[in-house]
Amino acid sequence: MVVFPTCLVELVAPAVGQAVVRALEARGYTVTVGRGATCCGQPAWNAGYVKDARRVARRTAKALDRTTGPVVVPSGSCAAMMHEYWPELLGESGVGVASRVVEFSAFLGAGADVQARPAGDGVAYHDSCHMLRSLGIKEEPRRLLGGTAELSERCCGFGGTFSVKLPEVSTAMADEKLDEVVAAGCDTLVGCDLSCLMHLDGRARRRGLGLTVRHLAEVLADG
Amino acid sequence: MAEAAFKARAHGALNDDHLRGALRTATDVLGMMRPVSLQDLADPDAVRDTARTIRKRMVADLPRVLDRFVENVDAVGGTVFRAANGDAAVAYIVGIAQQRGARVVAKGKSMASEEIHLNAGLEAAGVTVVETDLGEFIIQLAGETPSHIIAPAIHKTRYDVAELFTADAAARGETGAPVAPDIPAEFAYARSRLREAFLEADIGVTGVNFAVAETGSICLVENEGNGRMCTTLPRVHIAVMGMERIVETWDELDVMLNVLARSATGQPLSVYTNILTGPRRVDDVDGPEELHVVILDNGRSAIRGTKFEDVLDCIRCGACLNVCPVYRNVGGHAYNAVYSGPIGAVLTPLLRPDDPEARELSQASSLCGACWEACPVRIPLHEMLLDLRARDAPGDGGATRRIGFSLWSWLWSTRAGFVATKVASRVGRRVGRRARRAPGWAGAWLSTREAPK
Repeated sequence: MVVFPTCLVELVAPAVGQAVVRALEARGYTVTVGRGATCCGQPAWNAGYVKDARRVARRTAKALDRTTGPVVVPSGSCAAMMHEYWPELLGESGVGVASRVVEFSAFLGAGADVQARPAGDGVAYHDSCHMLRSLGIKEEPRRLLGGTAELSERCCGFGGTFSVKLPEVSTAMADEKLDEVVAAGCDTLVGCDLSCLMHLDGRARRRGLGLTVRHLAEVLADG
Repeated sequence: MAEAAFKARAHGALNDDHLRGALRTATDVLGMMRPVSLQDLADPDAVRDTARTIRKRMVADLPRVLDRFVENVDAVGGTVFRAANGDAAVAYIVGIAQQRGARVVAKGKSMASEEIHLNAGLEAAGVTVVETDLGEFIIQLAGETPSHIIAPAIHKTRYDVAELFTADAAARGETGAPVAPDIPAEFAYARSRLREAFLEADIGVTGVNFAVAETGSICLVENEGNGRMCTTLPRVHIAVMGMERIVETWDELDVMLNVLARSATGQPLSVYTNILTGPRRVDDVDGPEELHVVILDNGRSAIRGTKFEDVLDCIRCGACLNVCPVYRNVGGHAYNAVYSGPIGAVLTPLLRPDDPEARELSQASSLCGACWEACPVRIPLHEMLLDLRARDAPGDGGATRRIGFSLWSWLWSTRAGFVATKVASRVGRRVGRRARRAPGWAGAWLSTREAPK
């Protein structure tokens, strides 16, 4: 099994990457990290710059193609990008890796033998849109996390370059989501996609909400 | 920038607490009703699949089905005008108004008539137009355009409406107490005011929800009875339809009606479902002497056969607007287009490919896919927004973005380049730890959010 940490984890939250490895190893998996991979190409793909997306995706596909077994990706939107769009973007060369891609919580949650935490201890779970709607992953992270407060399935407003092209709209969406977390009486927000989490955490800190925002892998690795 | 105009309009909307409150309440209610009412169906997903199949078949076979419809309208005594564009449609309708010496036109709700700016055309010819759908009537008084496909005055509260009605009464020289900001008082005012219009009108103009080819019928769904008034009281009825707004058989109509009202307002069926076949016959007790059906192309046939063809499957229920987190925050007017929300963001640049402001609209989405999930005929709107961006963004986004992405892809196509970015980003974040300002996209991020730790 190989982990593709994703660009964002490498760039802004290497600790999440380490937590992914620890969480997998703690459950008996032998983990290798995809060497030479960079990014799935999603930032450019979502912005409409297809050629640039292809150039970057090709590099990562090539690196991952040298590995075998499931490619575990700790980001719903990157997993969706690879699984749903790589065959179209990269043709034949993208199909092999795309079919091996598994989102982190779906990989662990499929055969979950995890102690459920009690409900109502202040943890809310955020569904990331591509993970929820494109990949249809909803139950697995909840099963892994135990009791969580349910939020709406509404987008948090990150949306890749959307967050910086239309920052005000993006922030209004984040605020609505964060208000839900606060209204649910939660002080911890957990998700499976660092992009949403970076956006929500950045906004929560600017607002001084005192929220702890964590990736599911960190919760699983460190309790 | 490829989103400047939308960004500016969104800014205005986001700073209008009154508007945002109204939008949230209304979209919450509509968004909640839809899934509940779909559960009445034994197998809602199967019905949606059938509806999708019907729509796809109609669009694929459009010329033949339209011919059959036209033939049958003709057979029951109606007249069809096929309009290549909005100007032709308006000219035809104004022509009828002039030939019949019409002074007042009573209008039922019609997005197609909005699309062709029919009211302006009629008014320029000296004809008074009265919108008779309550929401449309409100925004006509306000001098605005619809901000939602099915709820045109969704952005107005009852307090706004009371002010508008009071001003309208004063302008008409009515003396008396102002219209109170409560719903029954507002209904009462609108009812008496619109009743006059129905009785005065020489022509009724409506939209068409579905044309039924096998009998040359038109189906009109509404909740207020104003559509029925517009199609029975005036001597002439003119129905305006987008050319794709068609089914072939009544069985197909049955399927579509099962999903339309449920998706739109959460009703199993709208309060009035009118099905009209031809003008008044000899033994009919009411109905217009003349029926004209204007079939509008206005850029639609150019969409057929392209990768965007699925957009013609739309049945204008507005479900995608009610679930869209962007629409919910900025409202319909931010789109500056007849059709707003996700469907508008896709349809507008396809109908107006040469308009850079229309092309901006594909940016007005976080690509969350809630629209696709809610769409009764499963139009992959989020995928189409991506396709539109791929079509337009590299050209419209300007040199800075083009060069930026190119530099990015050059760097990240090697591990060494990626590592260099990683180091640079770490240094950048350390140096600018407390920064609130930065150039470009970094600045946009920092304007509302802290940098990642």
